[in-house]
Amino acid sequence: MNLFRRLTILIPYLWLLVLFLLPFLIVFRISLSEPVLAMPPYAPQFDLGEGWAAFRESLSQLSFANYVWLTEDALYRNAYFSSLRIALVSTFLTLLIGFPLAYGMARASEELRPILLMLVILPFWTSFLIRVYAWIGILKPEGLLNQFLMSLGLISEPLTILNTDTAVYIGIVYSYLPFMVLPIYATLEKMDYSLIEAAQDLGCTALGAFWKVTARLALPGVLAGCLLVFIPAVGEFVIPDLLGGSDTLMIGKTLWTEFFNNRDWPVASAVAIILLILLVVPIVLFQNAQARAQETGS
Amino acid sequence: MKSLGNVRRSFTPWADGSAKPYIAFENVTKRFGDFTAVDNLTMHVYEREFFSLLGPSGCGKTTLLRMLAGFEEPTSGDIFLDGQPLKGVPPHKRPVNMMFQSYALFPHLTVADNIAFGLKQEGMEKGAVAERVDQMLKLVKLEQFAKRKPHQLSGGQRQRVALARSVAKRPKLLLLDEPLGALDKKLREETQFELMDLQEQLGLTFMIVTHDQEEAMTMSDRIAVMDAGIVVQTGTPGEIYEAPNTRYVADFIGNVNMFEGRITAIENGLAEMDATDGFGIRAIAQEGFKAGQHAWFAIRPEKVDVTRDKPDQDRNAVQGEVWDIAYLGGLTVFNVRLDSGAVIKATVLNSERAVEDPIGYEERVWLSFDPDCGILLER
Repeated sequence: MNLFRRLTILIPYLWLLVLFLLPFLIVFRISLSEPVLAMPPYAPQFDLGEGWAAFRESLSQLSFANYVWLTEDALYRNAYFSSLRIALVSTFLTLLIGFPLAYGMARASEELRPILLMLVILPFWTSFLIRVYAWIGILKPEGLLNQFLMSLGLISEPLTILNTDTAVYIGIVYSYLPFMVLPIYATLEKMDYSLIEAAQDLGCTALGAFWKVTARLALPGVLAGCLLVFIPAVGEFVIPDLLGGSDTLMIGKTLWTEFFNNRDWPVASAVAIILLILLVVPIVLFQNAQARAQETGS
Repeated sequence: MKSLGNVRRSFTPWADGSAKPYIAFENVTKRFGDFTAVDNLTMHVYEREFFSLLGPSGCGKTTLLRMLAGFEEPTSGDIFLDGQPLKGVPPHKRPVNMMFQSYALFPHLTVADNIAFGLKQEGMEKGAVAERVDQMLKLVKLEQFAKRKPHQLSGGQRQRVALARSVAKRPKLLLLDEPLGALDKKLREETQFELMDLQEQLGLTFMIVTHDQEEAMTMSDRIAVMDAGIVVQTGTPGEIYEAPNTRYVADFIGNVNMFEGRITAIENGLAEMDATDGFGIRAIAQEGFKAGQHAWFAIRPEKVDVTRDKPDQDRNAVQGEVWDIAYLGGLTVFNVRLDSGAVIKATVLNSERAVEDPIGYEERVWLSFDPDCGILLER
C-alpha cells in the first residue's frame, strides 16, 4: 500500500523529469556550446565511450559566451523589451475587455450562463493557426474591416493595420481573451451578491461597492487571467509572424530566426533560457497569489 | 379591554391614536413580472418597536425589508421613514442598516475591518473608528477575534460580527433578515435574548423577518403575520396567539384544534354552534356573527380538559378515544380521536410528580372547555 502510494506520487515527478527537466538540461547544455557546421550543429559533443579524460576535456569547452553575446548585441535586448512591452499592453487590453465580459456573464441569468460560457470556449474548436490566418482576411487593406468602414463612409482610404504592432495586439487580445475571461468569471460567479448590497447598505455608492468588494474579490481571478495571458504572449511566435510587420520585434520571432535561418542552435538555446528565467518571476508570483487565495478561502 | 399576554413595560404606541408612525407603508404594491410579492399593503411601525414580519417563504416579508433598505422600489405606493418619503433614495443614503440572512461578511476583511467598513465609509475619523469598533466587539463579546477573517469563525460568531457591523453606524432602524436562521436551536434561543437586550440598550427600532413563530413570539413587541403579499393580522404576540382573526393565523402560530359548524343562535353574547363533529359548542360571539352563519371554532390544546367522567355540562364536551400520548416532561400531549374521526390535541400540565392510575391508550375520555377559552372565526 505504502509502496503503491509512493509510486503514484512518483508519476507526476517522473513526467516533469522526462518532459521538462531533461529537455531543459539539454537546451541549457546546448546554450553553453559553440555553433559548428556539422550535424548536430554544435560542439563539443560528449562521447562517454572515449573515456573520462575526453569527457572532462569536452566539459571544459563549455562556456557562457553565448549569454555574453546576448547582452552585447542590442537586437536581443530590444527583442526582449519589445516582447515584454507587447505582452504587457496586450494583457492590459485583454483585461479591459475581459473583465466586463466576465462580469456580464456572472450576472446573467442562470439559464443563460452555460450558453455564454460555451460561446467563450467555442473558438477553441477551431485551430488556433486558422483563426489567426482569418484575421489576415479581416485586417488586410482590401479586407473585411476596411470594406466595412469605407462602406460606412468613415474612411476614404483603407487603413494599414495588417503587418503593424496594432495587428499583433488585436491578434493577441483575440486569441487569449478566453484565458482572461474564464478565471475572472470563476471568481465572480461564486461571489455572493449580497456582499455588494451589504456594502451599499453600509454607505458605499454602487461604484464604490464595485471597487471595494467586487473588484477586490475578483483579484485572484484577475491575477490568474493576467498571467495566463502575459506568459504565453511574451513568447508568442505565430501571431507576430503572421500579423506583425518586419519591424515587429518579438523574442519568439528572434528565436525562430536563430534556430531555423541562422542554424545557430547555441544562441537560440541561450535566448530560450533567458526567456524562461524572465517568465519564472511572474509564474512564482502567480503561485504565491494562488496559495494565498486558497488560504483565505476566497 | 382585557390584556392578552404580556407586553414589555406597557410599551404600546400603536394603541395611542396620536403617536406618529416611524415607518409607514402606504398602499405599497411590489410586482416582479407577473408575481405580486406585496399587495396594496398599509402598515405602521413605531419608534423603538421590536417588530416581526412572520410568514411562510414567498409571502413577501423579505421584499418589505428590502424595500426599506432601498434594494427594491415599490411598484406603487409610498414608504415613509420618520415622516420622510423614501422614494428614490439610494440604499447608501438611508439611515437604515440591514443584517443579511447570509451575514454577507466581507471575506477579504478581518472582523474589525468588517465592523469598521461602514464607519470609514461615513468618513469617520480614525481614532473614533477604532473606539467604536472596540465598543462593538465588546458588545457582541468578540474582543479576541478582532484580527480573524470571517472564515476562521464559527456560525454563531459570524452572526455576531454581522450584527455588530449592522449596528456600528448607530442606525435608527435595523432590519434583520432571518438573523438566527443559520444557528442551532440552543444558540438561537440564547441569541434571541441577546438581540432583545441589545435593542433595549441601543434604543433602536428593529424590524425582523422570520418564518419561525416561536422566535417572533419571544422577541417581538408586535408581529405582522403575512400571507401571499398581504398582512393578515398585526398584533402583540398575545393577541396573535389568543385572538387570531383567521384560521390561517390560528394555524400558523402554535397548535390549534378547529371545529367547523353552523351557528344556531346568539344569546347574551354567547353563540350556540352545532359542530360537524357531532356536539354542541357555546362560545363568545364577537361582533358581526349572526345566527345561521357558517363558522369555525378554534381552541388551543392547553385549554382543553381531559377527564374520565362526563363533565357537568351539555355543551363544550365531547367524547373520544385516546389515540396517542406524548410525554414531554412538563407537559403531556393527548391526541384524542373523536367518534367523527377528527383527532383533537389536548395538552395537560404535569403539576404532580406521580399520578395514580394515569389516563392510558385507547381509553374513552371526555374533552371539555369553557366558552371563553376558544375563539369563533369567520374564515
